[in-house]
Amino acid sequence: MNDGYDFHSAETHIEVHKFRTGAIVVATALALLIQAASPIYFSKAAILDLPLLITIYFGLSRRNPSTGLLLGMVIGLLQDSLSGPTVPLGLYGIAKTVIGYLASSIGARLDTEHPAARFALTGLFFFVHQGVIVLTQRLLLAQPEAWLTMRLVIAASVNAVVAIFLFHLLDRLRKR
Amino acid sequence: MVGIPSRHKSLVLLVGVILLQVLLLAVQIKKDAQGRLIRVWTVGAVSPFERAGAYGVGHIRNTWNHYFALQNTSRDNEQLRKENDALKMQLAQLQGKAAEADRLAALLNFRKSHQEVPMLSARVIGASADSASQTIYMDRGERDGIRKNMGVITADGVVGKVIEAFANTSQVLLLTDKDSGVGAMLADSRIQSPVGGTGEPLLAMKYVANDDTVKAGERVVTSGMDRIFPRDLPVGTVAEVKAGNPFKQIRIRPAANLERLEEVIVLLTLRPLEMKRDSAVVVAPAAAPAAVTP
Repeated sequence: MNDGYDFHSAETHIEVHKFRTGAIVVATALALLIQAASPIYFSKAAILDLPLLITIYFGLSRRNPSTGLLLGMVIGLLQDSLSGPTVPLGLYGIAKTVIGYLASSIGARLDTEHPAARFALTGLFFFVHQGVIVLTQRLLLAQPEAWLTMRLVIAASVNAVVAIFLFHLLDRLRKR
Repeated sequence: MVGIPSRHKSLVLLVGVILLQVLLLAVQIKKDAQGRLIRVWTVGAVSPFERAGAYGVGHIRNTWNHYFALQNTSRDNEQLRKENDALKMQLAQLQGKAAEADRLAALLNFRKSHQEVPMLSARVIGASADSASQTIYMDRGERDGIRKNMGVITADGVVGKVIEAFANTSQVLLLTDKDSGVGAMLADSRIQSPVGGTGEPLLAMKYVANDDTVKAGERVVTSGMDRIFPRDLPVGTVAEVKAGNPFKQIRIRPAANLERLEEVIVLLTLRPLEMKRDSAVVVAPAAAPAAVTP
């Protein structure tokens, strides 16, 4: 007798989405470019983490933990490279690797197409992402950062709202 | 040898990839290196787009304002309204140009009044890709004579210092960054204390004793002690003063608008700077702002 939840049977109806050629590369490059350029024109835009949203989206859609975590790592390391030297290479890399893995693992088990699910998951992943960054800073860099701030809560909410619209836009890059 | 079950392969990959990055972090901390090669490649790949974007955005904004916005107003079909809108548009355009001219004139005045310090103007083309660090990218680099640790200012005041110089681009650590700091003093009482970033819009003046008198609104200027910035450049004004332990908690509002930087000036020297005091110009930036040495 097996009373446990059967993940495999639950997964069978979940579709793995394929994307048009170059869609992931272009979306990633655009996200990094906008992330680096937008705060000049609109300082409040710094609250957005577009590379994180891209990591989450492709993780949830592709539903392959290995590619999800590798994509997260690449995006994170590129974000590290574009950040100040006060941000060592690997800080965002580790956090986005974890998020890429979690997003694709959850994407393989749950239907994440509904806007409410996307809102909740993005908000959750934002906190986890920040948690991994703070953990890395505390353990490896000896930088005592705060775990939870009001700014983080606001940023998580804003990113979750933006994710609903951004993910809807990115859905159009899927192969039909 | 026992093989890894396929369902655990991604978990093993996750652990491996994280360990690799932890190793990368450890190497950087140990050697105090910052993976310069990877940064050079990434910045080199991204900066042409940022540069094009910085110039392109201005043109797009103009096209939008002067074509599409006019098209919308023309739908009103009221001649008077049209004329009014067109005049408003012209006025805004002229105000924009006047503001730009003021900015450039101020930079020019500033440069003229400090001819002993070699300077170079630069355009801001990008910002940090994360919210943890406060940096900007400029469209000038090593080929223009920019080197690490050079000071960056506007006519309004201190901006920060160059932390990385690439071939055609360089990165500036803003005063508001947590790791940033400048030798400063209170303009009236001449009490010296470093001013550093907090990661927030306001700066912090760190080591002023509780016995010292500091008033809100008092100007803070560079002390020259950091050997990067000359004395008496505006840093900001005291926004808030509280008693603290063991020092006062003083918050400083930056003199330069660090949230909206378009043009900056780089002090092209790594030698300690000591300028002749010219308080009429340096300490009162509103009367003397910016310049351009293309």
